[in-house]
Amino acid sequence: MILLQTIDLSKQFGDVHACDRVNFTVNKGEFLSLVGSNGAGKTSLVNLISGHLAPDSGRILFEGTDVTFARIHERIRAGIARSFQIVNLFDVLTVFDNVALSIFSRERKIVKIAALADLDRDVRREALDVLSQFGLAAKSAVPAGGLAQGERKLLDVALAYALRPKLLFLDEPTSGVSTREKTQIMDTVSSVVRAGAVTAVIIEHDMDVVFRYSDRIVMMHEGKFLADGTPQEIRANKNVANILLGAPLSA
Amino acid sequence: MAADVSRVSYRPKLLLFAAATLVLVLLALLPLYIGLYQTQLLTYGLIAAIAALGFNLLLGYTGLLSFGHSAFFGIGAYSVAFLLRDAGIRSMELYILIGLPIVALVSALLGYICVRHTRIFFGILTLALSQVVWTLAYKFFWLTGGSDGLRVARPDLLAGMFTFTGGGAFQRFISAYYYYVLAVFAICVAVMWVIVHSPFGKALQAIRDNETRAAFLGLRIRRFRWVAFLISGTMTGLAGILWVPLNGLTTPEVLYWTFSGEIVFMTLLGGFRNFTGPIVGGPLFTYLKTYAVATTEYWQLLLGVVLVLLVMLLPTGIVGALSVATAKLWPKEKSA
Repeated sequence: MILLQTIDLSKQFGDVHACDRVNFTVNKGEFLSLVGSNGAGKTSLVNLISGHLAPDSGRILFEGTDVTFARIHERIRAGIARSFQIVNLFDVLTVFDNVALSIFSRERKIVKIAALADLDRDVRREALDVLSQFGLAAKSAVPAGGLAQGERKLLDVALAYALRPKLLFLDEPTSGVSTREKTQIMDTVSSVVRAGAVTAVIIEHDMDVVFRYSDRIVMMHEGKFLADGTPQEIRANKNVANILLGAPLSA
Repeated sequence: MAADVSRVSYRPKLLLFAAATLVLVLLALLPLYIGLYQTQLLTYGLIAAIAALGFNLLLGYTGLLSFGHSAFFGIGAYSVAFLLRDAGIRSMELYILIGLPIVALVSALLGYICVRHTRIFFGILTLALSQVVWTLAYKFFWLTGGSDGLRVARPDLLAGMFTFTGGGAFQRFISAYYYYVLAVFAICVAVMWVIVHSPFGKALQAIRDNETRAAFLGLRIRRFRWVAFLISGTMTGLAGILWVPLNGLTTPEVLYWTFSGEIVFMTLLGGFRNFTGPIVGGPLFTYLKTYAVATTEYWQLLLGVVLVLLVMLLPTGIVGALSVATAKLWPKEKSA
C-alpha cells in the first residue's frame, strides 16, 4: 500500500536541478534507504516532502491527500516527521524536556499556559518510555547540549519519533560518529522504528549500513532516480556501483 | 546517576514556595523599619520589577529584544489618566480592569506586526512603533496635554475601602499603596512563574534556542511569539497603570525610547537568562538611577559606565553571576 507518492516533483537552485521530475513512492511499513553521492538531491527531496522547501512544480500525495503546499505543522499532523543531518536539538533544555516537547506538541497540550509542564504524568511517562527505547533514560536530566555525538544523534531521532509519525525521514542518522557507534545507533533506530510499525526513509552514505538494514533502496543521481530495488538488486546494479566508485555510467 | 523523572518531585517547588513566602514577608515588614521616602522608592522598584518581568518573557524566554516596551508602559499610564479625566473614575481596581484590556489590545496589534520579523528587524520595528505612539502623545496636545502631560490624583483602593483626602493623605497613601503594589507584584511573579514553566513556556524556550527544530515539532512559531508579545506588553502596561498614581503625572517621556532602554537596562542588570533576574534588576535600577541623579549632574554618564561594566564583567547579570558562583561552590545534580 502506497503511503507517500511524489509526482514529477522538481526543485531548481539556479542552474542546478536538485530534484528533476522525481516520481518517488514509499510503501507502508517499509524501511527504505535513499542513497547517492553528495549533491544527488536526497536531502532536497526530504526537504520538499517535509515542507522545509517549496517545490517549483510537481505534487506530493500522502495517504492520497495532496500535501504539496501544506504547512509544516499540517504535514506533521498528517504523520510526516523528520530528523536532521546536522543534529537539531534544544541544547539548553534537558534531554527529557526535549522529548516531552514533542509529546506536548503531538497531544496539542503545548498551548497550555496555566499548567506546570512537569506535573503532566502522562507526558512524563511517555517521554521516559521513548527515552528508554532509545537508551537515553539515564541521561534524561542532562541538558541536551551535554550529550556525546552518538547520543545526540539518537535524541534527534527520538524527538521525531515521539511525534508518532506514520512516515519518518532520517537524514544521515549515523554521520559524524564512529563505526562502532554507527551499528549501535542503527540497531536502536531500526528496532524502535520496526517495533513501532513506523515507515522509515533513511538517507545514508555508508552502504554496509544501507544493505544491512533496508527493505528497499532507491538511488539518486543529479536530481533524478537512477535505481530502485531490493538490497540484492541494488548490489547487482552496475550503475550503482559505478556511481559509488566514481566511474562513468553504463549505457 | 540521573534523577528519576517518572516521578514528580514536589520538594523543590515547596522549597521555592517557602523561599518566596519568606521574601514576601520580609518585603511586607520593611516599611516598619524604613522611612516614607524609602517605602515610596521601593514601590517604584516593585513596579519596575513588574515591567521587567513582563519584558523578559520576550527577551529571556523567547529571544526577542524589544526596544519599544515604553509604549505599553505609557499606554497603561495614559489610560489611567484618561479614565480619571474623561470618566471621573477614581478606583484603582477599575483602572486595572479597564486599563489592562486596552494595553492588551495595543500589544496584540503591535505584536501582530512585529513578530513577523526577528533579531535586529524586530528590535527596530518595536522601536519605530513605540516612537509613533510617543509622537502621537506629544503632538495631540488637546487629548494628551502634550509635553505637560496629564495629572493623576490619588485613587481609592479596594473598592473605596481606602480613600486619601485630608491631612496626612500623602503619608497614608504611600503606606497603603506599597502593600497594594506588593500584592499585585506577588500575583505577577506567580503568574509569570507558571507561564514559563508551562508547556507554552517550554515551547517559547525551544523556539528561542532552535526555531527550525521547533517548527518541525509542529509548533506554529509566529503564533507563539505573538502570544508571548501580548503577555509581555500587557504585564509591562500593568506596571504603567500602577506607576502613574504614585507619580501623580504622566508625560510623553514614559513613551520615549530611552525609557524602553531603561527597561532593557534593568533586565540586563538582574540577568535575563533566569527568572529572578528582572525581579532583582527592577528595584536595583530604581535605586541606582535615583542615587545617581541625586549624586551627580552627569548621572547618565554614571549609568552608562555601569552598563558597560555590566556587559563586560557580568554578561549574565547579577543573579546570573550569583547562580554560577553558587553552582561552583555547591554543585548539585540537575533534575528534570
